[in-house]
Amino acid sequence: MTHLDIELKKLRLDMVEMFNLVLSQLEKSQQALTEFDKDLAREVRVNEKRVNSFELKLDRDCENVIALFNPVAVDLRFVLASLKMNSNLERIGDIAEGIAQFVLSIKNAPDPNLLEATRVMEMFTTANSIVADVRTSFENEDTRLARNVFMKDELLDEINIASTSAVAEFIKNNPDKINQSLYMLSTIRKLERVGDQSKNIAEEIIFYVEAKVIKHKKISEKISTTDSLQSENPGDIKP
Amino acid sequence: MHKLESRNLQLYYGDFHALKGISMGMKKNTVTALIGPSGCGKSTYLRLFNRMNDLIDNVRIEGEVLLDDKNIYSKDTIPDELRKKVGMVFQKPNPFPKSLFENVAYGLRVNGITHKTFIEERVERSLKQAALWEEVKDKLKKSAFALSGGQQQRLCIARALAIEPSVLLMDEPASALDPISSAKIEELIYELKRDYTIVIVTHNMQQAGRVSDNTAFFYLGELVEYDDTKKIFTNPKDIRTQNYITGRFG
Repeated sequence: MTHLDIELKKLRLDMVEMFNLVLSQLEKSQQALTEFDKDLAREVRVNEKRVNSFELKLDRDCENVIALFNPVAVDLRFVLASLKMNSNLERIGDIAEGIAQFVLSIKNAPDPNLLEATRVMEMFTTANSIVADVRTSFENEDTRLARNVFMKDELLDEINIASTSAVAEFIKNNPDKINQSLYMLSTIRKLERVGDQSKNIAEEIIFYVEAKVIKHKKISEKISTTDSLQSENPGDIKP
Repeated sequence: MHKLESRNLQLYYGDFHALKGISMGMKKNTVTALIGPSGCGKSTYLRLFNRMNDLIDNVRIEGEVLLDDKNIYSKDTIPDELRKKVGMVFQKPNPFPKSLFENVAYGLRVNGITHKTFIEERVERSLKQAALWEEVKDKLKKSAFALSGGQQQRLCIARALAIEPSVLLMDEPASALDPISSAKIEELIYELKRDYTIVIVTHNMQQAGRVSDNTAFFYLGELVEYDDTKKIFTNPKDIRTQNYITGRFG
């Protein structure tokens, strides 16, 4: 194993740790909201500092690999993708903290009818599962799983769109619960953004593994697969 | 039309099949980098273009090598005339034991040019092209050996340019130089591209990436991949190319 291989392996392991840390933050923020557990919400806020410092460490590690090893081809794509995924993960960490802050801000537990009407728990479960999928996809270089994320994200978008009228209806029937209704709407928007960040991560994984740029493409193009590297006889080639 | 081209080129050193069916073309005013592990055939391929391999015993060549669409291995090609059109710079600077001026003027003199002013003008122009003039204009009569390694290499480039070739072959021209001198040679290659077609053999991947428009990866005498340099270094088609440029073999 070359020195570069060792550095890339370390970077990969640290990226997986960042994935795990952020996923744990998201899961804890869900639990804090469901069980109205303010202690757990405080833990999420404290852990956010770890997410931030880990982001800085990973940025520095990527910078060092580029400066010291001049990686090319798949190695360069891996480092560039890690740099971007790191930023996406940190933002998911911010979202988890924002939801924990919501739990700390409300006086009473969220109304179960509001939780049900907005389908926020379904959204939470989907968002967590999407983040877990991109982590597994990254670990196993599984671009098929990464492509599934684009489909799963459709559900988050659907719930997000429906939530406006659901919350409006709830407020109409429960005018004394406007505050928590608005906080809930904000949580839903945040979870929708977890889907967006995860899609960005999925795009980076596909870029790194397949050298294919799928940003800003239609979903049908994003989920279509391409040939990977292969050994071939170039024949008569003329740039 | 390509400035340089080879068609189904086979080269044998005795029984050893050193180049296997190489077909590639290089456009005018481009820099092409030849990369690959030691013994892959890249220097052998480079030397085909000024028939330097003719000087090696037991070499057999099949296929075609074209300069401006003319087969340079045809019977009516005179190697000395060919080498006026195709200059070469080697890994180690090899100045002659003469003055700076005479080193650059050498090619002109052996070609029978005696006009003093013409030679002086051509020497100055070549040294300017080789980005050496400002450093040596006041010591042209001093020995070439008084120069640093990097300056000697640029002197050799000036010597190659003096006879006004249209193609410049470079066999690892910066590998024996310090980083500053190496950077100057790279900068020079970039400048010379405007007037010359350049083919360079290099073991330095970053250098290939920086100086060349196209890159050809050779392995075990085969041309594995030949493409735009950006493509080769970001998304090579062949797994062997990827393994080589990322340092996983070779």
